[in-house]
Amino acid sequence: MSDKPAHNVAFVRETTLPPSPPPVAETGAIKWMRENLFSSAFNSIMTILGVLAVYQILSLALPWLLNGVWNASSIRDCREILDGATGGCFAVLTERWHQLVFGRYPQDSYWRPTLAFLLMFAAFAPVLFSNLPKKMLIFTGLYPFIAYYLVWGGSVLVPILSLVGFAVGYVVYTRLVDRSFATGFFGGVAAAIAVWYIGGFIINEDSTFLALEQVESRDIGGFMLNLILGVVCLSVSLPLGIVLALGRQSRMPIIKWICVVFIEFIRGVPLITLLFVANVVLAYFLPPGTNFDLILRVMIMITMFAAAYIAEVIRGGLAALPRGQYEAGDSLGLDYSQSMRLIILPQALKISIPGIVNVAVGLFKDTTLVSVISMFDLVGMVRGPILASTDWNGVYWELFGFAALLFFVFCYGISQYSQWLERQLQTDHR
Amino acid sequence: MAMTDDAIAHMDAKVSDEVAIEIENMNKWYGTFHVLRDINLTVYSGERIVICGPSGSGKSTLIRCINALEEHQQGRITVDGTTLSSDIKNIDRIRSEVGMVFQHFNLFPHLTILENCTLAPIWVRKTPKKEAEETAMHFLTKVKIPEQADKYPGQLSGGQQQRVAIARSLCMKPRIMLFDEPTSALDPEMIKEVLDTMIELAEDGMTMLVVTHEMGFARQVANRVIFMDEGQIVEQNEPEEFFHNPKSDRTKLFLSQILGH
Repeated sequence: MSDKPAHNVAFVRETTLPPSPPPVAETGAIKWMRENLFSSAFNSIMTILGVLAVYQILSLALPWLLNGVWNASSIRDCREILDGATGGCFAVLTERWHQLVFGRYPQDSYWRPTLAFLLMFAAFAPVLFSNLPKKMLIFTGLYPFIAYYLVWGGSVLVPILSLVGFAVGYVVYTRLVDRSFATGFFGGVAAAIAVWYIGGFIINEDSTFLALEQVESRDIGGFMLNLILGVVCLSVSLPLGIVLALGRQSRMPIIKWICVVFIEFIRGVPLITLLFVANVVLAYFLPPGTNFDLILRVMIMITMFAAAYIAEVIRGGLAALPRGQYEAGDSLGLDYSQSMRLIILPQALKISIPGIVNVAVGLFKDTTLVSVISMFDLVGMVRGPILASTDWNGVYWELFGFAALLFFVFCYGISQYSQWLERQLQTDHR
Repeated sequence: MAMTDDAIAHMDAKVSDEVAIEIENMNKWYGTFHVLRDINLTVYSGERIVICGPSGSGKSTLIRCINALEEHQQGRITVDGTTLSSDIKNIDRIRSEVGMVFQHFNLFPHLTILENCTLAPIWVRKTPKKEAEETAMHFLTKVKIPEQADKYPGQLSGGQQQRVAIARSLCMKPRIMLFDEPTSALDPEMIKEVLDTMIELAEDGMTMLVVTHEMGFARQVANRVIFMDEGQIVEQNEPEEFFHNPKSDRTKLFLSQILGH
């Protein structure tokens, strides 16, 4: 009896069919091209147009790039050297790189922000890569104070006092949190403020104990300023965003409404408006004579802005989790903070990674908006001191191209990391 | 399917006079909809109760009220001597004594099987990690999947996942186990392996409340079957009587529908 169902309905398979190899067809580059590039008349035309467009762009860009001038003292020099030929005037980058990267930071202290930048990798490593030893997190905790000391300088006592304040606040929090979360939280905050207040009297601000040369905030600029704003605002806004997202789901109406109003208000206002508020309007409300650092004001605004967006992204992640996950946590007797920390957030954050990275990349690029409130970040430097100087007035492509390249490298890095992280966290093996 | 005399004897031996769960005049509403109406139920330690009924009859809601996954509005539920109140500490204590197995398993997909089983003992019971892992392996062996300990839930079949879910609950050493339609989401081929695990658990003398449509299971292990309809307990009896001599018309209709084919 054959293994084909015949005219009669009853059929019993007697032999199991062995798997057979796929039909042999032509392979290699020609097949690939026929399938992907010339599969139809329309696709063939599009392929030819595409090749022409690439050729057109390269034939314009390559001579400009390869024939560029890297050594000249002004745009007039560049033109003389090029003598009518096509070529970029990249000399502006070699001539003004310190302004582009460090702003008006004192030249003999460039090692300080550079060291802070390098240490940043060590500080972020244990957070970004979970297979590193947990002890490295101690350095991560100390890093903000080290970085502040390196970049802004001044007496070492100031960051130490600030660190002690946080430490005391944390100890008080852990002591009181068993009673209730609110007691612990407010007790910790009060203790930290008390330490800073009392410490402020003890430490003389002009103390020269282990002091590095103090650098004013207005001298911090260039790409360094974009990095500082991006890194600080993002690191603070992520936890803040988580708190806001959880708060928005809270069953306690007051907490819920505070979070909703905050998120909706901040999201409804353009970032540039918030920056103007930070720059101009806040000054009216502060008591006269107070010197509330402009960078700090801008940081607060950008952080709030990013936190509101991240909160909404995470809310999406929380909503995507099946109700059963909450119930399973509850039914095992885990309390709210345990089930959030151990079950809900790890999954919700994993779902939210693409959204969070979206916000992070956007936020990092948005730091260039501070150039509008006359801070000299990378774009501010280009638009201000460099393009305004008689030497380099007119080298737009080279400068903005450089800025674009710098931002692209960092943003692409963030995006690659996030894709790697998503693959690491994948446990469903689809 | 007749029960062996041996099974009956061994069943009655384990039921004691100690009250495990006491539900008195319990009422619950979803909005204006009266889901549970005047429920009175006493469960003794070691009892194995099967709750059945048409969908929407409130059987799942009833057992979910016992560990406060759902809130009841009227009446009193006492579990193991502790009366359920809105006090969160009180609720968490009851939940850690009452294990629950869900229709859709609800394993934690981001944790391995072993981590699923050790999470609650470590964080709620404060058991040292090593000891918790030993306990977890003990129960995973009991449900016959110790070799899957390092895999993730997504890599397991439905039946295996449900057995892990049972092991996860057992790791908390609960005194009472609630099963909310544990086999309803499973392929027919996998139902048996889960039921076998539950039968074994019953033989060990666990107090069990099982919402299920598996009438074979009810016949074999239950010492009481409860039939619910429209939020009320319509009939309860010993399985033999319940299946062969149902009193209420509603029960007769239900039984004829599920046993009639």
